[in-house]
Amino acid sequence: MSGATADPRLAAARAVPKKRMRLSWSDPALRGIVWQVVIVALVVLGIWWLVSNTRHNLEVRRIATGFGFLWREAGLPIGEHLIDYSPTDTYFRALLVGVLNTLRVAIVGIVLATILGTLIGVARLSKNWLLAKLSAVYVEVLRDLPLLLQLLFWYAMLQGLPGPRQALHPAEGVYLSNRGLKLPGLVWEPAHGWALAAFLIGLVATYFYRRSALAKQMADGRPRPVWPAALGFLVVLPVAVWAALGAPWTVDWPALRGFNIQGGLTLSPEYFALLLGLVLYTAAFIAEIVRSGIMAVQLGQWEAAQALGLRPGQVLRRIVLPQALRVIIPPMTSQYLNLTKNSSLAVAIGYQDIVSIANTTLNQTGQAIEGVAIIMGVYLTISLSISLFMNWYNKRIALVER
Amino acid sequence: MSDTIEAGHGVASAARKDAPPAIILDKVNKWYGTMHVLRDVSLEIAQGERVVVCGPSGSGKSTTIRCINRLETHQEGRIVVDGIELSDDLRSLDAIRREVGMVFQSFNLFPHLTILENCTLAPIWVRKMPKAEAEALAMDYLRRVKIPEQAGKYPGQLSGGQQQRVAIARALCMKPKIMLFDEPTSALDPEMIKEVLDTMVGLAETGMTMICVTHEMGFARQVADRVVFMDRGEVVEQGPPDSLFENPRTERLKTFLSQILRGH
Ligand SMILES: Nc1ncnc2c1ncn2[C@@H]1O[C@H](COP(=O)(O)OP(=O)(O)OP(=O)(O)O)[C@@H](O)[C@H]1O
Ligand SMILES: [Mg+2]
Repeated sequence: MSGATADPRLAAARAVPKKRMRLSWSDPALRGIVWQVVIVALVVLGIWWLVSNTRHNLEVRRIATGFGFLWREAGLPIGEHLIDYSPTDTYFRALLVGVLNTLRVAIVGIVLATILGTLIGVARLSKNWLLAKLSAVYVEVLRDLPLLLQLLFWYAMLQGLPGPRQALHPAEGVYLSNRGLKLPGLVWEPAHGWALAAFLIGLVATYFYRRSALAKQMADGRPRPVWPAALGFLVVLPVAVWAALGAPWTVDWPALRGFNIQGGLTLSPEYFALLLGLVLYTAAFIAEIVRSGIMAVQLGQWEAAQALGLRPGQVLRRIVLPQALRVIIPPMTSQYLNLTKNSSLAVAIGYQDIVSIANTTLNQTGQAIEGVAIIMGVYLTISLSISLFMNWYNKRIALVER
Repeated sequence: MSDTIEAGHGVASAARKDAPPAIILDKVNKWYGTMHVLRDVSLEIAQGERVVVCGPSGSGKSTTIRCINRLETHQEGRIVVDGIELSDDLRSLDAIRREVGMVFQSFNLFPHLTILENCTLAPIWVRKMPKAEAEALAMDYLRRVKIPEQAGKYPGQLSGGQQQRVAIARALCMKPKIMLFDEPTSALDPEMIKEVLDTMVGLAETGMTMICVTHEMGFARQVADRVVFMDRGEVVEQGPPDSLFENPRTERLKTFLSQILRGH
């Protein structure tokens, strides 16, 4: 029986003996303190030397420091911008465009790489021999080749496509040429913004509805389906808002005019190649993470849960996923950070992300320190945000000691 | 074999031969690929009857009882549990899994849930029981297996014997009519075997229908109404424990018993 463990209250009856500090080099506590003081002193000295050295050099070369240059006109052409931009805008706005371009690759890339990686990881565990082998080959090939090489490869492939006049035209409104991918776009109107807002409110409402449905089930045992409410909040509500505002619906179809394809949404070859390369490369790593996460849950867990009468969906939701995610989340965080930082390879294929734009800024203004500081600040902010979110999520799902 | 249970004092039989049988296996056949692992297995188990299944390794004992709650599917023959014939129909599967509890050799507790949550999971999500009621029920069973004080801990913090008793309580929380045990003590250190066997004897005393795969002969003698000996996928011999162990009729059972006795 369990009587083996002694009662901790009895054990605590005698206080832990206090450690006395001795002034001797053989005392590990004292040695620890001395070392820490030495290390801090060295770090401070190093920083002081760097700062004074830099200031001296800047003075000698008559370079003004500070971020004042941010408000000067950039005169810097940027091909792709999510916000309005022209070369007469300031450096600040140019850098902002760069940050948004980086985020555009990183966020879309993380979402797509997660979906693709999960599919491939699951496929590799499939009983279908061909599917399993194909996924294994995918993982081995993609993760063994340098990312830079893959980016250059995809970019070269896209450059090798025919020009706009002979563009590949697989479906109505879709054109693939060496100028990039053209898709039909929706002409954005305020009603769409309101519908989107309604959708977001619907998300929050669904969350709270689900919580209260669960609490009620815990009280009386009767399960309450969440999907009717979710359907109402997430589909009916936004559609109703959109309809009430006149249901505007104008599609901007791309079409060949003159030498180029006009209108619609554009994915430039640079963005497309960068996204493709990052997603395919990172998905290979994510596939391995997902596979090992699922394999970490023993078959016996499935069997025990099924023997208790749980349906396969319930087993997945309540038994397998919580255990697999515990294994998956920490390495997944590293992959998200890798993808974000790897997006700086954009420079190699001419996509204007923050590194590319900050680099040009730095060359034009000579403000090297500020330029590098801005790049570091941006990546640190993005990376820390990802880490914080993932750590929060990890805590939420993995609050269990073994 | 560790005779941890005194063979002398037996548990009175609760088998009700008049009632419809709890489990019928009728000429069940199963293959893994081309390997024929169950050959015309026929068994009829009465309500309240306690059956011990023994036999050499690989003889199909686990496969047989795993077919009863359909963790494995048989390919030929008929299995009827509590009047419901096993088929691909999902509703019959649900119904059977509610009536049949199972305890595994390797415990298979859910490591991310507390002991209490392990026990309340199925009552809440399968039996649709209010949480408070499920918790009261779980505490009741944890008391019966003598570890209510561990309710808030996680499986990894318990000894093997304690974990297996939780596994028994977890299965009982579904109020099954039939309990299946697949070598519940073979993964345990000798000093923990007794506490698990005691729990199972206690369960036998409540009149539960039980099928136990085990080589604990003392347990078999004390609680079993019938011992079934399997070899190479067949039921070779069956009968009351005493007569089966004292007067084995087949060569195969004689060899098996002598190996078991020599091995311990
Ligand atoms: N999933 C499986 N795939 C292929 N063969 C299997 C599988 N499970 C069991 N077998 C085979 O089926 C036969 C019967 O196995 P089973 O587990 O029922 O034996 P057992 O009597 O329980 O043995 P043990 O005492 O070792 O547990 C064995 O030959 C085994 O190798
Ligand atoms: Mg077995």
